[in-house]
Amino acid sequence: MSSASRPLSFLIVRAAALVALALTMGLALSPVAARADGLDDTLARFLQDKFPESEKAVAELAAQAPPQAAAILNALGDNRLLINPTDHIVAYRTVAGAILNAKTGEPIADASAFKKVRVNNALRRAIDGAMGSLTLANPDPEKRLAAAENVFKARDAKALPALQTQLAKESDPRVANMLKLARAAIVVTSGGASAQDQLAAIETLKARGDEDAQSLIDQIAQKATDPQVKAAADSAMSSIHTRLALWRAAQDLWYGLSAASVLLLAAIGLAITFGVMGVINMAHGEMVMLGAYATYVVQILLPPWLQNWSLAFAIPLAFVVAGLVGVAIERLVIRYLYTRPLETLLATWGVSLILQQAVRSIFGANNRQVTNPSFMSGAFHLGGLEITSNRMWIIVLAIVVFVALQLVLRATPFGLQMRAVTQNRRMAAAMGISTARVDMLAFALGSGVAGVAGVALSQIDNVSPNLGQGYIIDSFMVVVFGGVGNLWGTALGALTIGIANKVLEPLIGAVQGQIVLLIVIILFIQRRPRGLFALKGRAVEA
Amino acid sequence: MSAQLDRLGLAFVAVLAAAAIVVPALALATGPESAFHIPPYLVQLLGKYLCYAILAVALDLVWGYCGILSLGHGAFFALGGYAMGMYLMRQIGARGVYANPILPDFMVFLNWKELPVAWWGFNWFPYAMLMVVLVPGLLALAFGWFAFRSRVTGVYLSIITQAMTFALFKEFFRNDFGFGGNNGLTDFKDLLGFSLQSSATKAALFSASAVALILAYWVARAIIASKYGKALTAVRDAESRMRFLGYRVENYKLFAFVVSAVMAGVAGALYVPQVGIINPSEFAPANSIEAAIWVAVGGRATLVGAAVGAIAVNFAKTWFTGAFPEYWLYGLGLLFVLVTLFLPKGLLGLALRPSGPKPPAEAPAIAIEEGADP
Repeated sequence: MSSASRPLSFLIVRAAALVALALTMGLALSPVAARADGLDDTLARFLQDKFPESEKAVAELAAQAPPQAAAILNALGDNRLLINPTDHIVAYRTVAGAILNAKTGEPIADASAFKKVRVNNALRRAIDGAMGSLTLANPDPEKRLAAAENVFKARDAKALPALQTQLAKESDPRVANMLKLARAAIVVTSGGASAQDQLAAIETLKARGDEDAQSLIDQIAQKATDPQVKAAADSAMSSIHTRLALWRAAQDLWYGLSAASVLLLAAIGLAITFGVMGVINMAHGEMVMLGAYATYVVQILLPPWLQNWSLAFAIPLAFVVAGLVGVAIERLVIRYLYTRPLETLLATWGVSLILQQAVRSIFGANNRQVTNPSFMSGAFHLGGLEITSNRMWIIVLAIVVFVALQLVLRATPFGLQMRAVTQNRRMAAAMGISTARVDMLAFALGSGVAGVAGVALSQIDNVSPNLGQGYIIDSFMVVVFGGVGNLWGTALGALTIGIANKVLEPLIGAVQGQIVLLIVIILFIQRRPRGLFALKGRAVEA
Repeated sequence: MSAQLDRLGLAFVAVLAAAAIVVPALALATGPESAFHIPPYLVQLLGKYLCYAILAVALDLVWGYCGILSLGHGAFFALGGYAMGMYLMRQIGARGVYANPILPDFMVFLNWKELPVAWWGFNWFPYAMLMVVLVPGLLALAFGWFAFRSRVTGVYLSIITQAMTFALFKEFFRNDFGFGGNNGLTDFKDLLGFSLQSSATKAALFSASAVALILAYWVARAIIASKYGKALTAVRDAESRMRFLGYRVENYKLFAFVVSAVMAGVAGALYVPQVGIINPSEFAPANSIEAAIWVAVGGRATLVGAAVGAIAVNFAKTWFTGAFPEYWLYGLGLLFVLVTLFLPKGLLGLALRPSGPKPPAEAPAIAIEEGADP
């Protein structure tokens, strides 16, 4: 998540820094002969250390585009540009720390006479624009693309000539497209463009069709006097609007899917224990919490070079820890309460209080941070969708767990026994199945899966002793909705509730959405008291 | 056991009635130097326990006698409390920080211009008292009507009641819901013109709580002793059989549920002026579950036991959280586990020796368990 919301300007600066680094290295290898006197005049402006002069110098650097321009501009932006007004020397400190003469690229040994050139925000904007136009001519298409994107964001009219030049000879279609967009953006914001230009700009922006484009077209529509331009802008607006709405709906669906996967992981263990034993383990959420803490412990214990593999250790550990605690609860408490399901609620609630307090005593009440392994951090775009890696992997994990549990239930003798006990406990016992053993193992399995859910949750949520509390109600809703007879019911229940939640959220707010869902589920129970996939047979209905 | 219980009940009422007279008398008539003096904070604390006891009696009526383990009774309690809180809030009037004669402080703070409809009339005491009864009652009626008609029972019902209070918990947290959001309602000044700070008002509130507890006990006892109550107990023990015999099971349950919710609302209304605040945390599911353990500790289906359990557990909580704050949750957790495992009839079950025929064990609560008996 954090990487997704990382400000774009940071990326721009980083891209620019890369370019600069490449250029500096080039410089170091082959000191370039100073070009023309223009550069001297430009650099002299820096010596005055006045913002308007510096800004002029930046514009001139962008226009002249000497090879060291990027390095100088970058240095200026990072407060690394140095001046020595007495000797009329401009220099810059490289990222590595060496000090080079800005004009000749020769190293300077003594930096004591130099002082930094001051920078303000206006100047930084100018630098960004200049950097964009500078690197537009870069031979690497990726860098050109980044540069064009840069200009698009900065909307610096001064970059327009460089943009036009590059556009005329651009061969890469992606870069060309981006250049057109950048041109459109500049045309829109600078004003005074011809109707022809504006129409072309609208067309390009419409093809891009994201929020930036929308706001730009909006600007055109507000300023436009030409009715034709206005009409085109309006139609483009509505087309982008629909497109964005569709993408937003898809994004909501994705969020819903992500919520559903978490719900499924948390609920599927409950579905097993509730299905087999008909008792609700109120400490189920605490099994999730234990799994999350297991991940945290793994993170502490593993050496740094293994951190990327932490999940390979955390998942089995979480499964075993939560499973063992589950067995302990079953053997020590629940076993004695099978005929009193309501009291099981209270007893397991007590267990959950004890577990929470125990974790609080051991790990402290504060939230613990679990870092994502590298393959789970970051995000990527798929069309207009923003997909965060951790959520995607959690969906994968949910699917894997689901399939594995189906296999256990369908293809192993234990699974067969478990299904038999779920359907008709007495009959199963009469056929020689040790129901006590099945209960214990089913509880271990259900709790273990809850532990695995905790590993997943630790990747997207803070790890705290209260982590599991919120999940028992949601999980139970999923189980009620899906019915206990079949894991498909649980999956369908999780999907329905997860997606409905996220679709309702923007419409009526998160809390109201949950209330509406609650009411819908109560009404749903009216029609299907045993859920979507109900068990059938004489043993079920009294 | 029933005769024993009735005798116990009489003793209970007598003790309460005596407390309702003696405690205020001691608090007001004796000076701080007297050995019999009861300081105001203690009067307040005892009054608070009595409110919890009313909630416990209400819960025992539905759980002990009707087999409905409601894990959302805290919601009815809190709703009654909010109704009272709204009255007290309106009574502050222009004495608030922002000195607005109509709007409570938090509304002025949120820059609201007029009183929301939900707040209309709450400056009038009888209307507020009507709401104390009506709001929890109507919620219980609507909720129970849906739930019982669709035969949601046992564990299902427990979790759904918990979901109900959880939903309200979240809703009341929101500022724009209009009931003070996170901070709730507080800074109350007076009730019916009597300052809440004065020892006399505190003593009066204590007496009122004691009287309310007597009334709640009396109502519950009357219901259970009636023919209707017998049917209610039968529904608890064999719901399907009662249905086959032609009883409208859902109506019996609904009646008990609504009466119980109203009792809980009254308890909440008495609670708020004594603690001086009502906020969304009263809706927290944990509170409702704690109320269930009071009843379990005292003994289900005894009424007196529920009240005694509420007072005992809360006394322990006050003492424990003062002496060993770290360990209270361990203690409470163990209480849940040990009472359910080893004291299924609660403290009163220990004290009373069964004399009559053994009461039937609680029926398997949902159909699946009926087939799933080991």
